[in-house]
Amino acid sequence: MVVGKTAATPQPTQSTNFERRREVIFKIKKQNAAKRAENKTAKWLAAPGLILIGIFTILPISLALTLGFTNAQLLSPTNPDFTGLGNFKTLLGVSVVTLKAEKNNDGSCVKDDSGEIAYEPLRPLTRDDSPRKDLRGKSEFKRLFANEKECSIKVIVAGDPVFWRSLTNTFFFALIVVPVQAGLALILALLVNQRLKGRNFFRTVYFIPTLSSMVVISMLWRFMYQQDGLINKSISSFMPGYAPIDWLGNPKTAMPAIIGLSIWQAVGYHMIIWLGGLQTIPAELYEAVRMDGANKWHEFRHVTVPGLRHTFVFILITITIAALGLFVQINVLTQGGPLDSTSTLVFQSFTRGYQRQEIGYGSAISFVFFVLVLVIALIQRSMTKRLDQ
Amino acid sequence: MKSKWRISLTAAVAVVGLLAPVTVSAANAAPVEIPLWTHNGGNAAELADVNLVVKDFNASQSKYKVVVKAFPQINYNDAIVASAAANRLPCILDTDAPVVPSWVYAGYLSPLTVDKKITDKLQTSVKGIYGGKLYSAGFYDAAIALLARKSTIKEAGLRTPTTAKPWTLAEFNDALAKAKASGKFDYALSLGTGWDGEWYPYGFSPLLQSFGGDLINRKTLKTAEGSLNGTAGLAWGKWFQNLFTSGLAPKKETADQRDNGFIAGKMAYQWNGSWAAASAAKALGDDFIALPPPNLGTKAYIGGGSWQWAVSSTCANKAGANAWLQFALQTKYLVKFADDLFNLPITAEATKASKVFGPGSKYSDFATYSATFALIRPATPAYPVIAKIYETATKDIINGADVQKTLDSAVDQIDKNLKDNYYYVKKK
Repeated sequence: MVVGKTAATPQPTQSTNFERRREVIFKIKKQNAAKRAENKTAKWLAAPGLILIGIFTILPISLALTLGFTNAQLLSPTNPDFTGLGNFKTLLGVSVVTLKAEKNNDGSCVKDDSGEIAYEPLRPLTRDDSPRKDLRGKSEFKRLFANEKECSIKVIVAGDPVFWRSLTNTFFFALIVVPVQAGLALILALLVNQRLKGRNFFRTVYFIPTLSSMVVISMLWRFMYQQDGLINKSISSFMPGYAPIDWLGNPKTAMPAIIGLSIWQAVGYHMIIWLGGLQTIPAELYEAVRMDGANKWHEFRHVTVPGLRHTFVFILITITIAALGLFVQINVLTQGGPLDSTSTLVFQSFTRGYQRQEIGYGSAISFVFFVLVLVIALIQRSMTKRLDQ
Repeated sequence: MKSKWRISLTAAVAVVGLLAPVTVSAANAAPVEIPLWTHNGGNAAELADVNLVVKDFNASQSKYKVVVKAFPQINYNDAIVASAAANRLPCILDTDAPVVPSWVYAGYLSPLTVDKKITDKLQTSVKGIYGGKLYSAGFYDAAIALLARKSTIKEAGLRTPTTAKPWTLAEFNDALAKAKASGKFDYALSLGTGWDGEWYPYGFSPLLQSFGGDLINRKTLKTAEGSLNGTAGLAWGKWFQNLFTSGLAPKKETADQRDNGFIAGKMAYQWNGSWAAASAAKALGDDFIALPPPNLGTKAYIGGGSWQWAVSSTCANKAGANAWLQFALQTKYLVKFADDLFNLPITAEATKASKVFGPGSKYSDFATYSATFALIRPATPAYPVIAKIYETATKDIINGADVQKTLDSAVDQIDKNLKDNYYYVKKK
């Protein structure tokens, strides 16, 4: 018993060691507990955001991807069939075909009534019983160079020519809108950043279009773009011989017209962001370069521009993503016309998936769109990373 | 006096209301509620007439009580599709005529059991028949005519066309050319290009059909090949395109041109519906005339089918819903829908009784045109898709696209959709 008792009572040194260790362990445990509690709180705080992203971003994207592999139809009583890569093949499939024309005895090509070279018709080659399997179900996208000697012409055929047209339109729109809108917004920001009288008035005026709904703005611009609208009337008051242009009704002017109104609507928003960037540049820097004898241009080039690096990256990426998602103006003003000249990817996805009820195909379009935007944003990000550091 | 009457009427209603539960509970049969949805939330006059029919029906018997819910037209189809997906369709709903087969195919509607004697009297264009069964019936129809001035026709020295002998293609072209040559008008013809959507197939496919083409092969409903892009389709497309390229009609009318161009004398003729006749007649007086549609080759046609009523497949009281529809199809209501709302009456009796469209009345021509020339849009579940494809193709033709290529491409798209949907035959 006694032995047992002594054994049970630890020696003093051992005891303190043990207790110290216990204390340390306890401390660590306490810290861990605090950390865990913190983690728990963090999770709780992140939860609403994560749930919303899950429901409204991740779920639709995965649904779109899944539906994109089926022939699902809205309003259909039958369950959709899995069609593998069918939709994507139709969407992205492209081939080239050479069409021939007969030759006259003198070696020139036979022409039709309208004076054009009479090439063989394309349609028999794209029907379901076509001898060329790769052309079945496709239609003409673009006629390339004609070979007058051989009396032949190369034609690009695509499974969905409207998709390719929409793709080029979308990129054309982004290519113009991104630099022009960002540049114009910067100029406006520089202007309203000066110590002018009534600069708040100008800031407000430039910002107002951003606050209005795009639908309303599109309706107003429709009137301005009309043949007897404000824009044509003002031009003809300067130029008496001017023939009014039907801005939205002409395939050549429709997209530029849309670009104009889109920039006008959104430029104020990016002006405000540039302005925010401008105001983070410390005034001392300007004072310092001025003391070094810099002129206005040097000031801009060596203080303002470097100071706006972060803002630049943000503006570049947000305008690009917004430009690629062009839809409302198109839906209100032109419905993709005239002659597909204003059709865009998002508009096509809406037309096919909702209006034509081909939700499987529409989903495939929107998934391709998603990947495109992602890739472009990633490229931009990696290119601007150096700037951002 | 009037207000006194109203007070005593209200009092009477209140008393009846108080007593009603007592009598009903005594009879031990509370009326079953039957929900009804309608698209005319934004159309007070039409909604009032629907409400009147419902009120009379509810008062006429004690078994059922129809309850009205009105939606704005622009959201109506979405509301139906969404509630169908959630399995919560109302019992009675109204549908736009060409959509009926699509909704039947989707399983939304159940066949009507209204007395055949009553439905037999209805004009074909207001009956939604699919797979040999009647799914919907309309209270009225609309009709397109060629709105004109008697003076224009007289000055140009033209023959006034009649229902029996409409203008031929040559006569119609001549009339348009003369109107343009007179120099009095901005344009010879207003075609309603300021509208989008359903107007394209409703307004323009009858012209295609008059040439001998169609949106789809109506016999098989399995392909558009040869119907839309055949010789007749090509002839229609070239003629139609020429109206715009030669400046006879504006490519895209402004809202003002569309609504006032003809009335203001800026357009000589207008291809427009009966709904526009009242304001035109008011502005032009006796000079106004609604000409029959031209015969461009085979026969003269106009579109048929307006809003119609149907019973949902999930309705718990189909008998009650059909009873309401049967009650509503009484001549007195059909006349009311026609005369109050400037719609066309759709039975012989209602036409006879109509003050606006009856024989010898001011607008009787429209009723005649509707009864003579109306052709419904093809009864296939693919119609909404075909309509969209046709709209795009027609717009492209208006804007100068190659007619044959455009129509071929439209046919390819329609045929692909039909194939992808197994020709809209339900899989077993």
